[in-house]
Amino acid sequence: MKPVSGDRWRGVIERAWRPAALLVACLAIWHLITVTGLVEAYLVPSPGKTFDLLVDKWSYLWGHTWVTTYETILGFVIAGVLGVLMAVAMVYSRTIESTAYPILLFAQVIPKIAIAPLFVVWLGFGFEPKVIVAVLMAFFPVVISTVTGLKSVDTEMLELAATMGGGPVKTFVKIRFPAALPHLFAGLKVAVTLAVTGAVVGEFVGSNEGLGYVILQANGNMDTPMLFAGLIVISLVGILLFLLLDLAEQLMLPWHASRRGAAVTTLLAKGGS
Amino acid sequence: MSVTLGTTTSAVAIDDVSVRFQSKRTEVTAIQQVSLDVAPGEFVSIVGPSGCGKSTLLKLVSGLLKPSSGSVTLLGEEVRGPRHDIGFVFQRAALLEWRSARRNILLQAEMRGMNPAEAGKRADELIEMTGLSGFENALPHELSGGMQQRVALCRALLHQPRVLLMDEPFGALDALTREQMNVELHRVWRETGTTVLLVTHSIAESVYLANRVIVLTQRPAVVKEVIDVDLPSERDYSETMARPAFSSVTAHIRDLLGAVTGHD
Ligand SMILES: Nc1ncnc2c1ncn2[C@@H]1O[C@H](COP(=O)(O)OP(=O)(O)OP(=O)(O)O)[C@@H](O)[C@H]1O
Ligand SMILES: [Mg+2]
Repeated sequence: MKPVSGDRWRGVIERAWRPAALLVACLAIWHLITVTGLVEAYLVPSPGKTFDLLVDKWSYLWGHTWVTTYETILGFVIAGVLGVLMAVAMVYSRTIESTAYPILLFAQVIPKIAIAPLFVVWLGFGFEPKVIVAVLMAFFPVVISTVTGLKSVDTEMLELAATMGGGPVKTFVKIRFPAALPHLFAGLKVAVTLAVTGAVVGEFVGSNEGLGYVILQANGNMDTPMLFAGLIVISLVGILLFLLLDLAEQLMLPWHASRRGAAVTTLLAKGGS
Repeated sequence: MSVTLGTTTSAVAIDDVSVRFQSKRTEVTAIQQVSLDVAPGEFVSIVGPSGCGKSTLLKLVSGLLKPSSGSVTLLGEEVRGPRHDIGFVFQRAALLEWRSARRNILLQAEMRGMNPAEAGKRADELIEMTGLSGFENALPHELSGGMQQRVALCRALLHQPRVLLMDEPFGALDALTREQMNVELHRVWRETGTTVLLVTHSIAESVYLANRVIVLTQRPAVVKEVIDVDLPSERDYSETMARPAFSSVTAHIRDLLGAVTGHD
């Protein structure tokens, strides 16, 4: 139950106007920079020109957007599943934890952009190397957050579970895993934005489709409007996936969301609170 | 203290138990050669200075902790690991924040694989009995501290345990709610006939509720004195407080604790 709230739309407006105003201000500054000729037009295209291009080349961009989104989601899902399994194994086994942690850390600190070419050599120019880079990027935050979540359970709660005699499986399903979900979701949200980066990095290294490819092509042709358009679309993909996860969190963990305060979708879904 | 099988079996028998905690450099003896017998259906309060080993004692009885020496027998069976035939209430309610009050109570049934229909009926009875009606579907953060503690109590009673262990269950409550909870707990105990071990810091609470009060010393805890509470088994709260027997017993316990904490 929430405290009684006022008109839903007034709440949305009250919360949304600041970020919206900031966005408008940024666009205005961008526009001014290009109009005044402070920066040459071939270096930074005007917002108007960029948006015209977004509209004109809509179907071209859409095809590539879909490729990148597909690689991102696939990489994210694989990283999510593997990351959670890994975290569970690490929390329940000291041996696995101490064995896997150094390797995990090593895999994390290795620059993905540096190993991406290797995957191209091994797997060719298809979607596989991009997915692998996305997985590598997204895996670590999922593992870390899930481990933190699973370890955050009250010892008293676990002791209580021991006196209830449900066994480790029931304790995990009914107590440990649900308790870890808020942390898990925090990790997933970081992971999904990293998965986008991973997919684009994979495309940079060797590809003939996807937004990374679009940007690289535009770069080669000095086509800065297209470059900007590509950047904007990549950001939108990341933001959209992030919001979807935020929404999923709201739906799955209403008990948590109601206490966590406003995230973007809280604001849209609930208005005032 | 040997325990014989049969009708005279103690509900809880603690026999010459010591507990030592080993940390990196130091060794702490929390409990030293404590022996204690609790009869079935008896209500025993345990008081003692902070950090003396009261929680440790309850964990021994529940099997969450193994004694360094000595043995604990619960319902005629030696305690070797976590026991399932008890109910446990901690100082903090320890509720699952994503479950409603009623579903928190039913966690007990789910973990044990009890018949859901029967468990549901029993949960409703307990909710009614502890005055939680109307809040069945509230989440823990929507409940007051006293209500949360009632939920924890219901959860501990759901499977009708023969032994109930309570570790400062009302420590976080205000004085008035605490009195109400005392009265309720007293009634629950009389109605269910459960054996209760209650750890508390409140001398009045320990006397009002119990048949016997165990006073422990400063760590390492040994039993300083066992006090029989000579009050009628049905106890009205304010009437009990006004009895001379009540005030003399509480004064005596206060002396004992003062003596315990006053020196060294
Ligand atoms: N797991 C542990 N490891 C090491 N020392 C411990 C452990 N548990 C308890 N102790 C020590 O044993 C002693 C008794 O602890 P216990 O929690 O039983 O005290 P208590 O009587 O319940 O205190 P309080 O009234 O403050 O709750 C304390 O000195 C504590 O530091
Ligand atoms: Mg304690």
